Amino acid sequence: MADDADLKTLPLDALHRRLGARMVSFAGYAMPIQFDGIIAEHLWTREHAGLFDVSHMGQLLVEGEGAAEWLESLAPGDFKALQPHRVRYSLLLADNGGIRDDLMVTNTGKGFYLVVNGATKHGDIAHMQARLPAGITLHHMEDHALLALQGPEAVTVMSRFDLTPESADQPAFADLKFMAGARWLWNGIKLGITRSGYTGEDGYEISVPSEHAEALAEALLAHSEVQPIGLGARDSLRLEAGLPLYGHDLDPETTPVEADLSFAISKRRKTEGGFPGAERVLDQLFNGAARKRVGLSVEGRMPAREGATVWVGAEQVGVLTSGGFAPSLNVPIAMAYVATGCAADGTALEIEVRGKRIAATVVPMPFKQKNYVREGDKK
Amino acid sequence: MSRLYTQDHEWIDVAAKESGAEATVGITDYAQGQLGDVVFVDLPDAGRAVTKGGEAAVVESVKAASDVYAPVSGTVTESNPALADDPSLVNSAPEADGWFFKLTLSDASELDGLMDKAAYDAFVASL
Repeated sequence: MADDADLKTLPLDALHRRLGARMVSFAGYAMPIQFDGIIAEHLWTREHAGLFDVSHMGQLLVEGEGAAEWLESLAPGDFKALQPHRVRYSLLLADNGGIRDDLMVTNTGKGFYLVVNGATKHGDIAHMQARLPAGITLHHMEDHALLALQGPEAVTVMSRFDLTPESADQPAFADLKFMAGARWLWNGIKLGITRSGYTGEDGYEISVPSEHAEALAEALLAHSEVQPIGLGARDSLRLEAGLPLYGHDLDPETTPVEADLSFAISKRRKTEGGFPGAERVLDQLFNGAARKRVGLSVEGRMPAREGATVWVGAEQVGVLTSGGFAPSLNVPIAMAYVATGCAADGTALEIEVRGKRIAATVVPMPFKQKNYVREGDKK
Repeated sequence: MSRLYTQDHEWIDVAAKESGAEATVGITDYAQGQLGDVVFVDLPDAGRAVTKGGEAAVVESVKAASDVYAPVSGTVTESNPALADDPSLVNSAPEADGWFFKLTLSDASELDGLMDKAAYDAFVASL
């Protein structure tokens, strides 16, 4: 852990401490790892609504003529076809096709709003600045906090807030569907809200000016459905949802195909290429990659952790990149990269933990069925 | 019977301060609070020789695996069977039903360096 004196604080620091959080160092910031306990917080989020402070993440605005084309030179999404107020998951790729970061991209109507990982944001900004053409601006919204309200009751809670579209071209809040976003005014405060998240549940991510973050968090926590949730449960929730964590399940040596994130390569880009590492990535897409990210169900009760090796008999076929206990399923689960020949659902493997072999089986992800409310679903 | 504590937050109950005496080992309430929800405990088998300060068990919380060290050297005679069914006993009763294992002491003089309750409480308060 970094020396406390080196840690930066986030806008909700005082609130977290008041709520009894245990604070840890994460991405250079003091952040809450837990409040009541990871299992209780995890289960609360699956049943009700959890409030997460994710203000360590980088919020960026890309604006100017040709912004979509420029983003397409960095990431394999079809940003030219991304409609206003729609959100896409994408990947910032290195020249060799390795994943520099994963991110969410929202078309604001005026440009693009990006949310990148906290630990990688400064590297991302430097990478983008170095490639920024004339006429396009990159703005780091360092004066904004980011809150996530996640869980089946998030929609009920937000429906009680008086949210006015910021301008006539913004949709009504009640019409906001999964993977969409826009801006609203709450008590005169501008909020950028997307219906998205990192838990496998329905919910929202809310960008708020830092000076109003505590007032918004308090207003959300005032509802009986909402409890504060720490990073510990955020990790167990995303693992159950099969969502990769950058720096663990994704890194600069790993391509989107190996990471089983080919869905993030838009159809047009699969044909046209033109993104970093396209030759390698598209070759893997059409001819296969040597390894693949898979989900593993782990027999017994003993969790297997990141770094544990995966075996078939005497041959090592992979390594765990995430692993732990799944509170909603009450069993250990893991993500691993394994040789493609061992990646089919149902393949029996062994994981080595402290010199012992534990049986594991390749299973489809998510481990826990997602509860997203998609467009066309009954409200 | 007296209870002694280590700076690694294990406790040990000793029946008598003599080599060959039986002792029970667990982790303290402070330790379980730091670990958070315990989901699995990897316990030593009976017959295993453990060394003072050496790895004796592993306690798994949702978040991470943590080593538990032997407060003294000895031979394990039994591990707590209740923890296999209900590892959360480590959280709810760390200094009672959530004990980890029993051992016979091989060198009673190793107890001399351990803390009594007052000294351990003062140590925790200083953290």
